[in-house]
Amino acid sequence: MSLEYLRAFEGGVLIGLASIFLLIADGKIAGISGMIGGLLRTQTRLNGWRYAFLGGLLAVGLALRLSGRIVFTPLPGRSLGALIAAGLLVGFGTQVGSGCTSGHGVCGIGRLSARSLVATLTFLLAGAATVFVIRRFLGGSL
Amino acid sequence: MRSLSAFAAGLLFALGLWLGGMTFPANIVGFLDFFGEWKPALAFVMAGAVGVYAALYPLVLKRRAPLFEPDFDVPSAAAVDIRLLAGAAAFGVGWGIGGFCPGPSLVALGAGARDAIVFVSSMCAGIWLHRLALRGGAPQEESSGSCG
Repeated sequence: MSLEYLRAFEGGVLIGLASIFLLIADGKIAGISGMIGGLLRTQTRLNGWRYAFLGGLLAVGLALRLSGRIVFTPLPGRSLGALIAAGLLVGFGTQVGSGCTSGHGVCGIGRLSARSLVATLTFLLAGAATVFVIRRFLGGSL
Repeated sequence: MRSLSAFAAGLLFALGLWLGGMTFPANIVGFLDFFGEWKPALAFVMAGAVGVYAALYPLVLKRRAPLFEPDFDVPSAAAVDIRLLAGAAAFGVGWGIGGFCPGPSLVALGAGARDAIVFVSSMCAGIWLHRLALRGGAPQEESSGSCG
């Protein structure tokens, strides 16, 4: 197994452990689109854990950047308009479909939920079709 | 304690995303490119994450309660309906265009990436539009099926 795949697997194990920790400590599912949706929906004291978890995500990005690590490189061939459309679709779609990669893909499948498995296969298929169309018919840029 | 533990979980989760290469949209798009130059790394991220969660989930739920809360808050919805399929499909299209899902986009936002600022703002607008659409339609009960 190449080093890249080993790192990817290790990253996945950390994601799984973090999600289990959130469950055992606070009894919550680590669903990120649900947390953001919850914050934008209601302002109550019950949102504390959501702010804290999402703050942890931001903090790691900042810390990695400050320590000189590369956190992100832009995807070639995507316009500003494409990024905006992507954000709108991800925001709207995750609320309608009650979850994203973390909630359905990791926690849902991990709970052996058929509903989450169907959701995950659906967004994988839709994503694959989108990438195919962009590369095959739009010359790789949008 | 509640917020501190959630913050620690967020830190660990973000480290995993970064280590797994999820904050690099080219890896996501490469994984979704089944008919092109397929990059399988994301499958290893999923395998690690799902494997750990599936192995430990039943053990955790044997406890009567979580450490810092009175109850477990776990989705009960099981229905596979048109909302689930349509929402997941829309999310998938956006995921394929931008190579970002919500978690990694927030890590990249923390690092100050311009694309992440654009993406996260639009994502929040999309969530807000969904709230507006709901308000126009039938009143929706607080869904216990949300997986985030």
